[in-house]
Amino acid sequence: MTEETTAQEEPQETDEAAEETIPRVLPDDPILARLAEPFPNVVFTSFEPLAGARQDTAIVSRGELIAFVEAVKDAGFETFIDVCSVDHLNRKPRYDVVINLLSMQHTKRLIVKVGVPGDDPTVQSISPIYAGANFYEREVWDLMGIVFEGHPDLTRIVLPDEWEGHPLRKDYSVGSVPVQFKGSHKSS
Amino acid sequence: MSDTPNNTEGDAQAPTLEPPTGSADGSLDAAERRRVHDIWVAGTEEPDWIANATDEGAQELLPRDMDPALQIQRGIAVDDDFVDEPIVVEDERQILNMGPQHPATHGVLRLHLELDGETIRRVKPIIGYLHTGMEKTAENLTYMQGGTNVTRMDYLSPLNNELCYALAVEQLLGVEIPPRAQAIRILMTELNRIASHLIWVATFGMDIGALSMMIYGFRDREAILAFFEKVTGLRMNHNYIRPGGVAADLPEGWEEDIDGIFDIVGSGLDDYVDLLNRNPIFLDRTRGVGVLTPEEAQAYGVTGPAARASGVNFDLRKAFPYSGIEQYEFDVPLGKHGDTLDRYLVRMEEMRQSLRIVQQVLETMPPGDYRTDDRKVTPPPRKRIDESMEALIHHFKLFTEGFKAPAGEVYQAVESPRGELGMHLVSKGGSKPWRLHARTPSFAIVQALPVMLTDQIVPDVIATLASLDPVLGDVDR
Repeated sequence: MTEETTAQEEPQETDEAAEETIPRVLPDDPILARLAEPFPNVVFTSFEPLAGARQDTAIVSRGELIAFVEAVKDAGFETFIDVCSVDHLNRKPRYDVVINLLSMQHTKRLIVKVGVPGDDPTVQSISPIYAGANFYEREVWDLMGIVFEGHPDLTRIVLPDEWEGHPLRKDYSVGSVPVQFKGSHKSS
Repeated sequence: MSDTPNNTEGDAQAPTLEPPTGSADGSLDAAERRRVHDIWVAGTEEPDWIANATDEGAQELLPRDMDPALQIQRGIAVDDDFVDEPIVVEDERQILNMGPQHPATHGVLRLHLELDGETIRRVKPIIGYLHTGMEKTAENLTYMQGGTNVTRMDYLSPLNNELCYALAVEQLLGVEIPPRAQAIRILMTELNRIASHLIWVATFGMDIGALSMMIYGFRDREAILAFFEKVTGLRMNHNYIRPGGVAADLPEGWEEDIDGIFDIVGSGLDDYVDLLNRNPIFLDRTRGVGVLTPEEAQAYGVTGPAARASGVNFDLRKAFPYSGIEQYEFDVPLGKHGDTLDRYLVRMEEMRQSLRIVQQVLETMPPGDYRTDDRKVTPPPRKRIDESMEALIHHFKLFTEGFKAPAGEVYQAVESPRGELGMHLVSKGGSKPWRLHARTPSFAIVQALPVMLTDQIVPDVIATLASLDPVLGDVDR
């Protein structure tokens, strides 16, 4: 699953290759298929490691995020569940913002993933669409340092204001307690 | 005070403290407030723009003309039922700080309340006082050790956290769990739900003045904790449900223990209903207080009993069944009004339904193994270690290095006593998770507090908060 998803984070480079090799496959689920139609650049993947635990993911580019999330909400995914972020460190783009939405009426879950480059960690806020994203985006900003444009009050939420850095980034040192004699064999 | 080098350094920075660019009245926009703090160096002149500000930094209650940042604090982002106040002189509004050391906040929640007389006009929840970076910690623990970490997030329902984590890891591994282990998991998590709700009814009763409830709730919960101690060895933070099954089989005579719990909890529930349900003081304190509409619950991600009290018919045990819970019969209680009374009634009924599930598990407990026989995740039995060097090495490797999970990304959710508890687990093929994000129900509940609290009176804050049952360890992680 991840090979496919990582390959397509940079649409301008991979689009041609993808079109040549594999024709676009719409998701087999009717709701998702209807959702996918107007968004040719959104890639849907499905992952079912164990029976009955199917997980649908849509990978969206940053530019299309707001339009797509609005379409998802119109398609019946009325419940906001989660926003979190993943730091892939050596991948391009470096971060993933993972938005988790739920449709209670269709009993369906959809995970929307947006790649965010490391040198420009900004993404549009979805809190105007889902009011519940407010605190979750603040948490992502606080711990991962991804700026949500259009967020009404993007401030630190769990760490103190004076905190430096964003601890969930993979290049953020966790710190350590100095240990005696640790480097002694080198210094002697 | 510029006699030490540190302070002179500060002095050098001090002149930069000038009114930051923002709106005309000196209020700052969000980007500005991320950088500027309302502090200045002692001994230097106090900047005049600071004179009217509090020293809350980014957590201050914003000036009231700063929409839309205030929408969440007014609770009008979804449903605008905010009573537009008549023009009140600034002096007549006051800001009341509640918490973080307030006993009725169930931990270290802090609320800024803007009051107009006794009426609350705006609420700002401030969290983070219990943040210990458990998501970061999880990245440094193997899958085997991770259970000890997640079990401490929601300390009132540790087994639900363990179950969620174990299921997520098992999804990555693709391991099937034997039926007996699944039944034990359901038994333990449903008992945990009852124990958690008993704590809730105890503290809820105490917060609104029914002090006897405190004693009764804790007394009944003790029976369940004693059973947990017998099974897992610990009263809390068990690390009992592990990837691959459970840590140990149920002890001899566990059926009698469950029967004892039925007697104590079952009769206890009847007593509480007699005590509370027709008590006029109790009804006055709860009816129509802290209303949450279904639309608001869905928009803010409020799940579990709090959402079901608003009439949202959604239970993860029914919608996305896990660990074989679909084979047991139970009903999902729903409320109509979404007020504090409905949340009380829904939780009381949930306890009865959980007892029903426990009864069915008791009757149908399948024989067999309590953990998977996949040697990749399960250590060899104790006997084999005495006989075989390979088994000893295997055991050692499993507990030092741990097992590796294939690369992938899964989201697994279970119905915790507070709502949807989800774990987003990312693996890159190592023996430790690359990233573990816990989507905790209490976080969403705290976020939705302004929706329920605006236009209420101060005593209702306590009642509403208590009925929602946020666990601050779950909020901050």
